[in-house]
Amino acid sequence: MLVATALAVVRTQSLFATAMLSGVFSLLSALLLVVLDAVDVAFTEAAVGAGISTVLMLGTLALTRRFESAPSHSPAIPLFVVLVTGATLIYGTLDMPNFGSATAPAQVHVAPEYLERSVHEIGVPNIVTAILASYRGFDTLGETAVVFTAGIGVLLLLSGLRRRRRNKREDV
Amino acid sequence: MQAIDWEFVVGHINYWLFIVLMMTGFYIVVAKGNLVKKIVGLNIFQTAVFMLYISIGKVTGGTAPIFPLDMNVDPAVVYSNPLPHVLILTAIVVGIATTSLGLALIVRIREEYGTIEEDEILKIEKEMALQDVRQHSEVIGERG
Amino acid sequence: MRHHLILRVITKLLIGSIMLFALYVQFHGDYSPGGGFQAGVIMAVAFIIYGVVFSLDEAQRVLPPWVVHKMAALGVLIYAATGVYSLFVGYGFLDYTALSPDYPEKGQHYGILLVELGVGVTVTGVMVTIYYAFTSRTPIMDDEAW
Repeated sequence: MLVATALAVVRTQSLFATAMLSGVFSLLSALLLVVLDAVDVAFTEAAVGAGISTVLMLGTLALTRRFESAPSHSPAIPLFVVLVTGATLIYGTLDMPNFGSATAPAQVHVAPEYLERSVHEIGVPNIVTAILASYRGFDTLGETAVVFTAGIGVLLLLSGLRRRRRNKREDV
Repeated sequence: MQAIDWEFVVGHINYWLFIVLMMTGFYIVVAKGNLVKKIVGLNIFQTAVFMLYISIGKVTGGTAPIFPLDMNVDPAVVYSNPLPHVLILTAIVVGIATTSLGLALIVRIREEYGTIEEDEILKIEKEMALQDVRQHSEVIGERG
Repeated sequence: MRHHLILRVITKLLIGSIMLFALYVQFHGDYSPGGGFQAGVIMAVAFIIYGVVFSLDEAQRVLPPWVVHKMAALGVLIYAATGVYSLFVGYGFLDYTALSPDYPEKGQHYGILLVELGVGVTVTGVMVTIYYAFTSRTPIMDDEAW
């Protein structure tokens, strides 16, 4: 279903439908994330992808336009590039451990240590929160700063410049 | 010809599925001229990468990494790897922030050029460059 | 906007519970799925819904843009201040033991709560800021064009 939604995004020309389909895509992927035991992530994906990003897409469409024009050049070259990249990536997965294997390198390095230590060191039932805020507090501080910076960027692009220009005009 | 190793195929099909999704997003980014569509493609690519990460952290028979409230952890219970969850959790929120930055750029481009199609923007840019060259040569011609 | 009566009544009913849910997710994040990022997004959604269904002016009367801008900065400050505080008390940056030296576990709890609060406030601020920035531009097409 995810693939079907993605292909529908490729096919449709209406940007409104594209925005809606991307919301559907987010909800479907949130479902898949729940199946993969990542409840926190699914939560975020559902709230962010289906909620905020759809509203933002629609806001952009209201400021721009609703339909895309027909493609002007043939899709052969992009298709070729995409197929080659995909084949390379699939070749790369051949060495990966089986899905759900408990002895995969990703499972045996730091994760068990976090799982063991957070019980008596932090005492917070939700391990994701414990790692997020405590063991990886630096990361999260950085991510918060990135979100903050993006907010400043949007402000500068959409409202700051206009105000400054208006001031300039008044000065003149 | 050797027989297909079904265990291998089933164990890897999730990676392949996400790669197909990734490539769909990539195709939209490369082939479509519309800037909003490109952003949507980028989002699809991004979500596929998220799911790839999460699926690496999944352990068969595991459960969500949340301990019981009384903190008496049963050693028999297997938990999925919480580390990818943490990384992706923050990545999603950062992703929406950067997406909105991209959309803001599109709005500005629309206001400057009056279009959000890549080809038309390129055409306008070319004309502007040509005009610049013409003006420049006129100035030089006056001097000469 | 008079014709969306049902939408307006339902929205008014929903906003309260959305905000309550956001606070629950925020402060119950150590026990159940959730945390600052999700809570911030959900809280922002409450304001965005209000702005979509009523109007931008109404939403900005409830939550003026300058408050939102300050919120975005305040969150990062809360986060960083937690770290700097632990530095001053004599522990490492963001070492939550500093908040309650006798009971390190409690310190961790306080620290996580504070830091998540900072994250939540920033995310709310930024999301609402972005929404305001997008919608305060005059759209080039009217509602009928949809």
